[in-house]
Amino acid sequence: MLPGFRAIAAEQLVETVEIAVKKRLADAAMSAATTAGASYCDVRIGRYMRQFVVTREANVQGVTNTESSGVGIRVIADGAWGFAATNDMSAEAVAASARLATDIAKANARNQTTPVQLAPTPSLGEVSWRTPIRRNGMEVEIQEKVDLLLGVNAAATGAGASFVNSSLFLVNEQKYFASTDGSYIDQDVHRIFAPFTVTAIDRSTGKFRTRDGLSTPMGMGYEYLDGDAAHKSTAPNGVVSYGKSYDMREDAIAAAVQAREKLTATSVRPGQYDLVLDPNHLGLTIHESVGHPLELDRVLGYEANFAGTSFATLDKREQRFQYGSEIVNLIADKTEVGSLGAVGYDDEGVQTKAWPLIENGKLVDYQATRDQAHILGKTESDGCSYADSWSSVQFQRMPNVSLQPGKVPMSVADMIAGVDNGIYILGRGSFSIDQQRYNAQFGGTLFYEIKNGQITQPLEDVAYQMRTPEFWNACSAICDERDYRSWGSFNDGKGQPSQSSAVSHGSPTTRFDGINVINTARSLG
Amino acid sequence: MSIMTQDEAKTILDKVVALSTADQCTARLQGSIDGNIRFALNNVSTSGVVSDTSLAVDVAFGKRVGTATINEFSDAALARVVKRAEDLAKLAPENPEFMPAVDKQTYRPSNTFVEATAAITPAQRAAIAQASIEPCKAQNLIAAGFLTDNQSFVAFANSNGNFGYQRASDMNYTCTVRTADGQGSGWVGRSLQDISDFNAASDVNIAMRKAAASVEAQALEPGKYTVILEPAAAAGLISFMGNFFGARQADEGRSFLSKAGGGNKIGDQVYDPRVNLYSDPWDPDVPVLPWDGDGLPRERMALVENGRIANLNYSRFWAQKQGKTAMGQPGNLIMSGGTKSTSDLVRETERGILVTRTWYIRMVDPQTVLLTGLTRDGTFYIENGQLKYPLKNFRFNESPVIMLNNIDELGRPVRVGEGLTMMIPPMRLRDFTFTSLSDAV
Repeated sequence: MLPGFRAIAAEQLVETVEIAVKKRLADAAMSAATTAGASYCDVRIGRYMRQFVVTREANVQGVTNTESSGVGIRVIADGAWGFAATNDMSAEAVAASARLATDIAKANARNQTTPVQLAPTPSLGEVSWRTPIRRNGMEVEIQEKVDLLLGVNAAATGAGASFVNSSLFLVNEQKYFASTDGSYIDQDVHRIFAPFTVTAIDRSTGKFRTRDGLSTPMGMGYEYLDGDAAHKSTAPNGVVSYGKSYDMREDAIAAAVQAREKLTATSVRPGQYDLVLDPNHLGLTIHESVGHPLELDRVLGYEANFAGTSFATLDKREQRFQYGSEIVNLIADKTEVGSLGAVGYDDEGVQTKAWPLIENGKLVDYQATRDQAHILGKTESDGCSYADSWSSVQFQRMPNVSLQPGKVPMSVADMIAGVDNGIYILGRGSFSIDQQRYNAQFGGTLFYEIKNGQITQPLEDVAYQMRTPEFWNACSAICDERDYRSWGSFNDGKGQPSQSSAVSHGSPTTRFDGINVINTARSLG
Repeated sequence: MSIMTQDEAKTILDKVVALSTADQCTARLQGSIDGNIRFALNNVSTSGVVSDTSLAVDVAFGKRVGTATINEFSDAALARVVKRAEDLAKLAPENPEFMPAVDKQTYRPSNTFVEATAAITPAQRAAIAQASIEPCKAQNLIAAGFLTDNQSFVAFANSNGNFGYQRASDMNYTCTVRTADGQGSGWVGRSLQDISDFNAASDVNIAMRKAAASVEAQALEPGKYTVILEPAAAAGLISFMGNFFGARQADEGRSFLSKAGGGNKIGDQVYDPRVNLYSDPWDPDVPVLPWDGDGLPRERMALVENGRIANLNYSRFWAQKQGKTAMGQPGNLIMSGGTKSTSDLVRETERGILVTRTWYIRMVDPQTVLLTGLTRDGTFYIENGQLKYPLKNFRFNESPVIMLNNIDELGRPVRVGEGLTMMIPPMRLRDFTFTSLSDAV
């Protein structure tokens, strides 16, 4: 169980707190802070709920419901930030925390050389937003979830899996934000994730291979698991991928067959290949090589001791640095329906939006919060503030960052038909990137050889190594909008103490030419 | 109330166990005070203290288990949390791998608590940040760092009459120092139980020297090189491998410790005979609680002896199924070594590469524990016992299993504490595999 979370009964997952109660608490905090000398105060009253169902083969290993509730108060006093949080939801305790935050801000101000400069944001009055879900996962009976997962496990085992682990994770963030700018924002955010891993073992050789599910976490309700065939994509070799609806059982059966196939697949010959990357794979590459390097706090040096800095320094924006080829357009977007990063308003009360990061291959922008906007010469925040708990201080987090579809009509089959010597990669694998986001190495879930426009055989032991600008400048074709799908990271870590956030990355299938592929097979003798 | 005395904790736990009508009940109290200060760009960026105490109640009716947690300790709250756990258990599916609560145990205490660390003040944290920042400012260097300190207690009781209580404390400090032009970067990390042993001013000097010395790094062709991994650099790979000593994974055929044809590699020579890995809750440098999460007593347990697999970690369920005796799951990892420091090893190296730190390590192939990652914050070429010039960072693709068959010499272990608490020696290794260069500084 995560620190700060307490276990609760399933029926408590669907309870909510009255808005009027939250508004009274927020007003008490803001009043106490301003009386104590704060020039700005924001209050986040959060109720964070999670449900996990974990299984392997025919066993339910755990069903856990957790809740964490409390109030986080952030102030500016004497030009410096201060923060305090409490899980005591009485007006007195909240007011005391507001005064403590103000005291901390004043103490921090003594050694601060430049006062905090907040970009203006409109007073919104009382507004609300909810993830547009059709079926609230928290309201679905545990038995239905257990039946789904055990059914998936049985199907995989029946199709030849040696082992199968499957899980279901549901998240609901009930967040109330208020600030002295005059905004009172109530949001109800939902996320869902249904991963599995199938293992195939050859006892005689001792070889084992795994195949993870090709699902992705989504900002959706339980309807994601409906298995609507309209959202399926079938590759020229019959591999099925999924968009906004997932058929977990069908994928598990395919996984069992493919995991066994991997035991005898040809080991890749190292060299330069043209890579055709499925959205379920490319999302992670976008995340690591575009999403993270364009976080403004990294660029400025605030993450130097942990996550690192960034090669994409501010001068590169001025020079319109050629980040990728001219067909590469990447946008930041906090509004895309079904995405993990979609909210109506960020955690400092800024209405969310979409904006370009890379235009026609050129670096044009970063991701900023209210206190960073002025550094970029902007007059408004990008709405990138997020805290993973009421008890965590909000800071700049990555929005959804997505590759825009190609403008020329192109299907996956069209793309593969044009490749002479390539590898088609689907699904997430091993990933590693340096602290300035130059040198990266990615594996995958499924690999297929492409020879003279045809998929010829499955491959194994594949990883590609890249240098970010060269990789994106090697992008030679992007399928059109019919193939646009999302991949997501359910737990993206950043900061000290570390905080977790969830973010999606959309793209169509995309081609990169002449990428260095290594063989990862080793022998232990 | 975050830190309770043994009597305070026992009073609450006894009430909880008495309140339960389930077949079995285990109650666990834990409390902690975590302090931190973070700095970047030569300024303090955040600082805070988080206090938390919670009670977790596990109950079982047959093989149906329920868990509930609360952070209030009134009699009414205790009754509520027990009822909630029991309600959840009655609704839960049966767990075929359910194991009953442990019997009454005798624990030999370990020295996990140091008063000086627990007594740290906000002023001390600020002083540590200033001691890191000021010398950097004076030399036109830029410091970013993070100090965490922790004190905690754990107490538990169950319906078999078992009880345990112990306090713990520790601190971790890391600091990255960069040159103003961004061309040099150095790092230092210190994990200690007793903050009295910590000297930020002397430690930051290590990072400052490495930052200044790493400017104008030269590129060396990727390939196989003799390397000296400092303890922090080696720990990243060895701790990763330590996650795969589970007996069940090995017996099921999905581990590097599985044998072709079935079974595991206990007794097999897997590493160089100089490799000895063990855990010991009473080790004076890395003491940990004398019990594991299930309340089983920890023992000194060898995992690798003279390069042979001596033991694997058996869960209570898997031990029962395999006819083995379950031991407490290890809480630390200790690798034996020699007496030489990193500097001694450098002095005795004709040609090689010194690696300060490894970064972003991920599993590439669990079959061979092939890991990839990068060097960071101080990589240097060694010639005739001297650091000759700084090197551009490398990406490596290397298995710690292969690496620990290519040992030239092991130095004196030091405490490394990010994540798992470990004692790891600096080590000189032959044929370490770098596969590409990184432009990152």
